Amino acid sequence: MPPQDFGAAAKTAPSALAVPRVVGRLRSASASERREWLLAFCLLLPALTMLAVFVAYPFLRGIWLSLTDTVIGREGDFVGINNFIKLWNDSIFRRAAQNTFVYTGAATVLKLALGMLVALMLNNLIGFKRFLRASMLLPWIVPTVLSTLAWKWMFDPTFSIVNWMFYHLGFIHVRIDWLGGPVVAMWSVILVNVWRGTPFFAITLLAGLQTISPDVHEAAAIDGANAWQRFWRVTWPLLMPVTMVVVLFSVIQTFADFQLVYILTGGGPANSTHLFATYAYQLGVATAKLGEGAAASIAMFPILFLVVLFQLWYIRRGGAGKGGV
Amino acid sequence: MAQVAGARWRRWASLYIPLGVFVIVTLFPFYYMAVTAVRPDREMYIPWNRPNFSPFWTLQPTLEHLQLLFTETLFARWLFNTLTIATLSTAIALFCGLLAAYALARLRFPGGGALGTGIFVTYLVPQTLLFLPLGDVIRTFHLSDTPWALIFTYPTFLIPFCTWLMMGYFRTIPKELEECAQIDGATRIQAMVRIVFPVAMPGILSAGIFAFTLSWNEFIYALVFLSSATTKTVPVGVVSELVRGDTFFWGPLMAGALLGSVPVAFIYSFFVEQYVSAMTGAVKG
Repeated sequence: MPPQDFGAAAKTAPSALAVPRVVGRLRSASASERREWLLAFCLLLPALTMLAVFVAYPFLRGIWLSLTDTVIGREGDFVGINNFIKLWNDSIFRRAAQNTFVYTGAATVLKLALGMLVALMLNNLIGFKRFLRASMLLPWIVPTVLSTLAWKWMFDPTFSIVNWMFYHLGFIHVRIDWLGGPVVAMWSVILVNVWRGTPFFAITLLAGLQTISPDVHEAAAIDGANAWQRFWRVTWPLLMPVTMVVVLFSVIQTFADFQLVYILTGGGPANSTHLFATYAYQLGVATAKLGEGAAASIAMFPILFLVVLFQLWYIRRGGAGKGGV
Repeated sequence: MAQVAGARWRRWASLYIPLGVFVIVTLFPFYYMAVTAVRPDREMYIPWNRPNFSPFWTLQPTLEHLQLLFTETLFARWLFNTLTIATLSTAIALFCGLLAAYALARLRFPGGGALGTGIFVTYLVPQTLLFLPLGDVIRTFHLSDTPWALIFTYPTFLIPFCTWLMMGYFRTIPKELEECAQIDGATRIQAMVRIVFPVAMPGILSAGIFAFTLSWNEFIYALVFLSSATTKTVPVGVVSELVRGDTFFWGPLMAGALLGSVPVAFIYSFFVEQYVSAMTGAVKG
């Protein structure tokens, strides 16, 4: 496995002094240095062009759109922060915001707990490890929309196999409409997210666990630590850097999720299970109000930005450097 | 003796049984997808609380759903579209990512660190943040409803990923290798293309497989940028053409879901190790 280091670049990231320093070095460079810079510039050009045209520009355009009353097919006028005020007073949007936090929080905690459990069990397993690892990654690699369709069918109110199984196992006595009520639908969506995301947690944490030397555990065991103490005092701290990166990565993905809700509930019943992204889709595509839709999706940005900042800070602090998957 | 038996019992209770349950829950939806895909309609629509509801198997497997998929929908076309789009966007992303990664990992130039961080941050930008303005940009370029809309936009999330994966890979290759080549009279670019890239082949393969899977699975851009039935990709085609209003054609839907999943599962089964290393590499600190 190639040793990765997101930290290296982050550690040398720009400070306020970077610009004058760069200008100074440009002036005092030798011919061979300049040749190297020219080569670097040429090599970076294709990637940077793509990212400028299809990421940076759309991002700025999105901010602009969110400040206008554009609808699809008609250029809008500047309306200031009206769209955001409108959203703030929109009960569906508030519900969507609340849902997104519940969804992200609950799903991440469950994925981490389950993933950790599975990783610990796999780490203790002697045979079958490769087979199990390969087969449990399937939910992660198969197109999410397609596997979510299978769940939608399993949750079908009339033909639900989940109901059938739970009924025959004695868990339920009446029919449950898994996607029919606001609360139960939200938890069904969370369940499917956990189903899809746990393998990713398990495999990555397992990779982290495999770098921890068994000697550390033996030493702790000789000192009289029981299994529980060994986990919390030895494994957990050593695994922290990997855990942190996986959790932050997953928080971003879950927070900005679209597919699961779009397929399972479409935001229903009665707009009660929308997330930021699905509501932005409903506004911006289904009802063609591009300005309002852009505002609803830009509303995710501050939170995502904070998570990314935290991640960069954590990497730079050197936290992620030590663990190494 | 008793102690050994006790240990074995505990190993079953704390390891084999929970892992077994986990694997069953993980794989069950795929099994159910497969059973539904070959189950005849008359057997499918029996409410779950009837005694003759037999969920786990079917005694009269049928290929009618698959047949419907290929005769009455454009499924073959969607497969072809998805394959083309995924291949081309992966190629673009590998090209851009490889060159950028080489520059960031090997060359010393002012602002390199900041650029590396910048690319890392774009890696974290979710598609749902940009899909509306990006759709607008696509309309401006008159690319809506053409495969190019996706071939040009998928690299935006593939390039950062490929760049980071390859940067890590390049760092493991000793610098002396290129320096020797340069002493022997090769230019820097020749050394890069003839020496470093071939050595980095396993990394390039990992990045390529992962990028291909990501493009194959992408949904929201394809949903928003494509509108006519002939240009759709598999995930969007299945969802939009086999659901009419509130009517779900579950047989063909599951057959389509199964067939749409098989190619990635197939590729994956050959490259599990590369895939896992790309995945764990991509999030590694």
